Amino acid sequence: MFTGSAVTPRETWVHTVGRATIEAVEVLGDLSLFSFRMLQWMVARLPQRAVILPCFYQIGVLSLPVVMVTGGFLGMVLAVQTFDQLVMMRLETRIGAVINISLVKELGPVLAATMLAGRVGSAMAAELGTMRVTEQIDALRALGADPIQYLVVPRFLACFLLIPLLTAVADGVGILGGWMFSTQILGVNSFHYWHNSDLFITGYDVVSGVFKSVFFGAAIALIACHRGFNCGAGAEGVGRAATEAFVFSFIMILVLDFFLGMFLNTLYYMLWPMPVTLG
Amino acid sequence: MQTASPLTADSQPIIELKSVTQRFGRNEVLRNISLQVRRGETLVLIGESGCGKSVTMKLMMALMEPTEGEVHWSGRPVKERNERQLVKERLRFGYLFQGAALFDSMSVYDNVAFGLRQNTDAAESEIRDIVLARLRDVGLPEVVCARKPAELSGGMKKRVGLARSLALRPEVIFYDEPTTGLDPIMSDVINELILQTHAGDAVTSVVVTHDMQTVRKVADRVVMLYPLDRLQPDEKQIVFEGTSQETFDAANARVAQFVAGLAGERMLELAR
Repeated sequence: MFTGSAVTPRETWVHTVGRATIEAVEVLGDLSLFSFRMLQWMVARLPQRAVILPCFYQIGVLSLPVVMVTGGFLGMVLAVQTFDQLVMMRLETRIGAVINISLVKELGPVLAATMLAGRVGSAMAAELGTMRVTEQIDALRALGADPIQYLVVPRFLACFLLIPLLTAVADGVGILGGWMFSTQILGVNSFHYWHNSDLFITGYDVVSGVFKSVFFGAAIALIACHRGFNCGAGAEGVGRAATEAFVFSFIMILVLDFFLGMFLNTLYYMLWPMPVTLG
Repeated sequence: MQTASPLTADSQPIIELKSVTQRFGRNEVLRNISLQVRRGETLVLIGESGCGKSVTMKLMMALMEPTEGEVHWSGRPVKERNERQLVKERLRFGYLFQGAALFDSMSVYDNVAFGLRQNTDAAESEIRDIVLARLRDVGLPEVVCARKPAELSGGMKKRVGLARSLALRPEVIFYDEPTTGLDPIMSDVINELILQTHAGDAVTSVVVTHDMQTVRKVADRVVMLYPLDRLQPDEKQIVFEGTSQETFDAANARVAQFVAGLAGERMLELAR
């Protein structure tokens, strides 16, 4: 007679990968539903001004110093790193173009968003996570408020609208920092600095950088709020939510940067096709 | 001192759980629970930590959805309501959370005024009158209005939480471990407030507690839940249902052990 074994099969890497995949799909599905509900509330009813303005102040005004410092040093670091290479090719007057195009197209938006994911995203996840573990989110629902409308919509709006502005500030301060270091310390001629910048940078480059930061802002807000809302128990759960908010936001910024970069390049060549050269 | 009101047999269920099961991942907390809350009564849920009392109460208020089974409000399934109806109808209920769950960033005044501002068109002067009246009801002076929750003692936080849940004049109030962490005198103050609230507006009350003094003082009906991990698969999770007096006189060993607060051999073995 066959006697079945009651021993649980040992867990293999297939189980581990399978479980991780299922969990990842579940989190993505949940994040999609969360985003959908947030958008529904944005259309249906915005929160009162008294709820929105403190978020704008926290996320926008209080982030200005960190964004300005990031932008300023970024411009100067770019000057330090590129100057020697350009001198070897006798192209040092082109340094303005190199710094400014790197700043406005790529480094400004990405690094400003990364700083804000750390400063704003982690703080939002920790704040909402604490509200979750202390039952304040349940209390909101018990008092007739929808937590997504009351807590997520203002934070989303603040990130969505203000992170592009903060990116523009970071770009501006970075451009000034790069110019100051290049002309005052490295001795590059100021006229050639700006002239070459003007030759190589188009309005499209500036707009495309700020355009990307709109998506970065939305991603930071949604990921941070979602992590906070799904925070585990206790201080450990809050800490993990804050860390995950930064890590997932950073990964999403890089992924979005890649795809938006490809999209914007394609769009550019559709709008302004390269002249065909024969021979 | 007031005493608990007698249970009226013809009371209609204002809330009903029908064969409700609740799981969190692989962890089953409630299994096939059926329970009614009748209008005007004070129902007290007792049981060991982790047996699902607070989850039961959150299910009653639709703060979470059951994994299986249905929750009915006034005879109609909660899931038949859309999100907006749910938000609106939830205002029939007040909830005093275990840690009071006051909003940290707001003053006491704004905490109590929150529900009024969110759900009514009342003028600020009217809101102020209501807030001060509710704070007076729970024995708090006007001077606490400007304080932040972090500046309050545990008992004051609970009283502000109660004032906040009373602000919208709910039909049912849920109390999640209202006396936990309070000294005996403050616990008695809270128990008196529960009785006073119940008598004053004839509200229905659902209380989750470990405190047998609260059971003795406020309960019309007592329901005891037992942790699933110590039940046989065919045993019901509600191991006792009766009046306050019947609880204290119960012959059921599990109830008697809980009432007497005795660890028992099995728990002591686990502790060792």
